[in-house]
Amino acid sequence: MSTMTMAKALNEGLRAAMAADDKVLMFGEEVGQLGGVFRITEGLQREFGPTRVYDTPLAESGIVGTAIGLAMRGYRPVCEIQFDGFVFPAFDQITTQLAKLTYRHEGALSMPVVIRIPYGGHIGAVEHHQESPEAYFAHTPGLRVVSPATAHDAYWMIQDSISSPDPVIFLEPKSRYWQKGEVDTAARQAPMERAVVVREGNDVTLIGHGAMVSMLLQVAEIAEEEGTSVEVIDLRSVSPIDWDTLVASAQSTGRVVVAQEAPGNASVGSEIAATLAERAFYTLEAPVVRVSGFDTPFPPAQLESSYLPSVDRILDAIDRVMAY
Amino acid sequence: MPLSPDALQLLRPDGSIATGDHLQAYQAIADTLSDDQLQLMYRTMVVTRALDLEAGTLQRQGQMALWVPSVGQEACQVGSALATRAQDTIFPAYREHSIARLRGVSMLQIVKLMRGLTHGGWDPKEHGNFHLYTLVLSAQTLHATGYAMGIGFDGAAGSGDLDKDEATIVYFGDGSTSEGDTHESMVFAQSYQAPIVFFLQNNHWAISTPVRVQSRTPLYLRATGYGIPSVQIDGNDPLISYAVTKHNMDRARSGHGPQFIEALTYRMGAHTTSDDPTKYRDEEELQFWAERDPIGRFRVFLGNRGHSEEFFDEVDEQARDEVSDFRRDVLALLAPPSSKIFEHVYSSPHKNLEEQAAWLAEFEDSFIPKEGPT
Repeated sequence: MSTMTMAKALNEGLRAAMAADDKVLMFGEEVGQLGGVFRITEGLQREFGPTRVYDTPLAESGIVGTAIGLAMRGYRPVCEIQFDGFVFPAFDQITTQLAKLTYRHEGALSMPVVIRIPYGGHIGAVEHHQESPEAYFAHTPGLRVVSPATAHDAYWMIQDSISSPDPVIFLEPKSRYWQKGEVDTAARQAPMERAVVVREGNDVTLIGHGAMVSMLLQVAEIAEEEGTSVEVIDLRSVSPIDWDTLVASAQSTGRVVVAQEAPGNASVGSEIAATLAERAFYTLEAPVVRVSGFDTPFPPAQLESSYLPSVDRILDAIDRVMAY
Repeated sequence: MPLSPDALQLLRPDGSIATGDHLQAYQAIADTLSDDQLQLMYRTMVVTRALDLEAGTLQRQGQMALWVPSVGQEACQVGSALATRAQDTIFPAYREHSIARLRGVSMLQIVKLMRGLTHGGWDPKEHGNFHLYTLVLSAQTLHATGYAMGIGFDGAAGSGDLDKDEATIVYFGDGSTSEGDTHESMVFAQSYQAPIVFFLQNNHWAISTPVRVQSRTPLYLRATGYGIPSVQIDGNDPLISYAVTKHNMDRARSGHGPQFIEALTYRMGAHTTSDDPTKYRDEEELQFWAERDPIGRFRVFLGNRGHSEEFFDEVDEQARDEVSDFRRDVLALLAPPSSKIFEHVYSSPHKNLEEQAAWLAEFEDSFIPKEGPT
């Protein structure tokens, strides 16, 4: 057990995966000598050489498209997209190619490609640097979409993603990069497709992923002081969603709030609300309430505290579901 | 519309052999073709065209959602495909039926895609490293480039052993040259000196959009902007297609980086069976290209070399036989069970899809009438 930042945990997880399998490649914009703009790949090129860790031309479709070709050749590519808002030039290669090639090959070809994307707000950055694009990828059959909330999960989930035979969109909550946490390099928390109850409670279930999880835990503390017992679920896998864990919690508390940074319209939170309504209708005491980004572009950074879910907005949502 | 003066040609439209100092190296490569190989070229072009036309007919009779004809483009396909080596990997677009045949993919397997039975049709590893057709224009150029980069990382090129060193060849059309992926693939291929040949079949029409809308400069010159050696050839001449591709594939596999070939050819038929080329092309242009048909000129060439009428008759007979078998086999292709919807979406188990598959099976079973007592 050691204490490290999520950034360091990701770096160590990548290092472990590259050491375990020499078919693992790491590439993207500035990931070599610089170690990436967030330094997640720092030192990897020095350790594994410029063939296994390399800088690419600044072309996202090219990064993902060549990753597909390398996977066809037998490699396990891990590519970094520099920021959430920069993934869209690669959208065609991800959604029409990467996600569908195993289906098209009727199982004769696996696509073990990991696309790492730093995502989400809370860092006061300029346009296209604070977005949460998970719903686009969760909506695409053939992809797995995961997001760790802690350093410990980051260390293990990046390795699980790399060893997955399926393509994985690996969303890194960049506002959590520099938060320290305990990392047990001997044992993972749970398989990456499982949601985890990170705090048990009786009155209301809060569900979130990535940077939302620490906020939900903070909210739970405050609500507890005010007399409401709160269960918190770290979703971890956005696609597929671990319905068993979510439904069991919803049935136990009868009240659910989902928090996410992405706009609420046609979002992961919408899917959770709809499915819990289908599967836990008779035990729900209140409608599932979503706390989301608004249905606007991510606003200029000075406005992000009003745009993003906050402790107060989530507490307000708890009040609303408790009123039923 | 005269053929570009830049286009290299060994076999003239009248079946005679072109000469010139600039052609000597290519002529020497073409001269290595045995009579058996020359016959295979002819046979492949004739039989593929017959099957291709039959597939179009079957589509008109409602047996396929769509057919994508390759008529007119057989020469550049057959020549370039025969120039590849067994260890090479081929990334087609979706009209490379002659190449498919030469690498072990049958027309029937291609028809499965067009008949709505599969989105693939074959396993490239078991079919001459011939990858699946890609319908999104130019996406395959990046896959081919990544694959070629992998060849480089593996040290599987540049050893000097032409029978072992690997290369890839990727096919795309004039419409695809405007797609960003084509350009990004050339950037990556050149940056990493990947062993790849870009093979552009310029058939002059992207559905109804003429090539002048894609580019006002000859397309092969674009590659030079990336520092990639490029050449333009008469794509209806199988000999120059063979010779230039052989030369360039061996350059690529020997560690000289990417190469680019533009083959000038013509789509004699429609883009697909959903298209009506009479709305945008004139008779004069069709006539120009009909006079430059690859099969006619190659037959004259083979006749001049002493190949007998019996040979040509035997090929025609083979084509008739294959067409007859093909029609029978297409009509016998049955729809897959609905459980196929859920198969191979992922390589590892996916609980939510398993639940959906089980639900659909139960739902559909509920409609099947119970068998009565016998």
